[in-house]
Amino acid sequence: MALGLFVCRGWLLGRFLFCGFLVLMFLLLFCCLSSAQESPYIVTYDHYLEEPGSLEVEYFSTFGTQRGGNDFHAFWTEFEYGATAWWTTELYLDGQATFSDGAVFTGFRVENRLRLLQLEHFVNPVLYVEYEQISGADKIRKEVEGHDVESDLAEPNSELRKEHDHELELKLLLSSTFKGWNVALNPIFTKNLSPSEPWEFAYAVGASHPLALKALPNRCSFCRENFIAGVEMYGGLGDTHSLGLPNTSHYLAPAIAWSLPSDWTFRLSSGFGLNDNSHRLLLRWGISREFSGFGELVRHLFGGHV
Amino acid sequence: MKRLMKVMPLFIVGFAISLALAQKDDIAQIRQGPSVYAALEKAPQSARAKENPFEGNPREATAGGKLFEQHCAECHGPKAGGTRRGPSLLRGEVQQATPGALFWILTNGVVRRGMPVWSKLPEQQRWQIVTYLRSINWRRTAPETQ
Repeated sequence: MALGLFVCRGWLLGRFLFCGFLVLMFLLLFCCLSSAQESPYIVTYDHYLEEPGSLEVEYFSTFGTQRGGNDFHAFWTEFEYGATAWWTTELYLDGQATFSDGAVFTGFRVENRLRLLQLEHFVNPVLYVEYEQISGADKIRKEVEGHDVESDLAEPNSELRKEHDHELELKLLLSSTFKGWNVALNPIFTKNLSPSEPWEFAYAVGASHPLALKALPNRCSFCRENFIAGVEMYGGLGDTHSLGLPNTSHYLAPAIAWSLPSDWTFRLSSGFGLNDNSHRLLLRWGISREFSGFGELVRHLFGGHV
Repeated sequence: MKRLMKVMPLFIVGFAISLALAQKDDIAQIRQGPSVYAALEKAPQSARAKENPFEGNPREATAGGKLFEQHCAECHGPKAGGTRRGPSLLRGEVQQATPGALFWILTNGVVRRGMPVWSKLPEQQRWQIVTYLRSINWRRTAPETQ
């Protein structure tokens, strides 16, 4: 569906994305699959990076309610690659469809996560750096920053698309795993690259636990070890002009991840707005599949010389 | 939209080249040979002394075999004999290591050499994998690549 919408946006962009999609599918056909234990977080990051040489392809949807406007369905596709055991790089493509309005491609993001310490510690830091080029119509609400509030998205797409943002986003991903529990805290710092714009601040925090700590000897789809349940909370903290909670939005989101032996992972998260500035509901779901050996395949395509 | 059209191909090409370069470094390090096992010696004494709660338990070894297949076989081979991406686990350095040292490596990884940390697996599952590794009779198993 997302691919179809992109094609509609313009002949050149459509042709470029369609060719890219075909090349990617060709490459993935020759890759191996690999099972992964995925966290249920959709907004919060823990300190675990993609395995080296593996490519994870993910698709996420967000259904959001909108007071003073039309409800929307925002979606994004992620290509997450483990460049090394300490560096993961990722490309996002965002889009959205607003009911009784229209569908638009809203931009892209490139992010990198760098593990700062070699060994595991009680708290493990990872540096996150993202550049994003998105329009004001972007509604994925992957991060809720600064003074982002529900009413920002009430206008029709034709108006929202006129705003173009180039942003640099920095996060410090702090995460700890103990007795099966993972607790993660992400302070977020965002700068719109226009000189007049202030730094914006935000947070995301999450906790999760597998439904079973021991694995069963047999392969199974529905055994408890394949499920990880958790909860996330995220929201804005203002900006350098007005730091604090006034005129910010916040969400609490129970979430669950289900990793199948057949290499698919499903995630479901229901985010509830915690104040009047928040969307009442951000219902998110996602599907992902990990392909190992992708890096080696690319290297072979270059004749082993890269 | 025109600006997007100009910038996006650059990002994608850069992305592809950087991932291929990074992969090359990891493979080169794995090929260096026996030194890849030196990481086992870095396990602190307290970690080496830890006892495996599932030692010798065939049920847990079977479960560990399933986990190994899911998470480790891609790099270390389906029979732990090693591949281009990861060393053999049938070698004496691994088979004679204490369960605690193996558990420590699983938990901390060898990040510089391309092995990720596996602390995202619950402690019991890491011990199950150690139990599986200790159950491999390496003298009777033909290595896949040496």
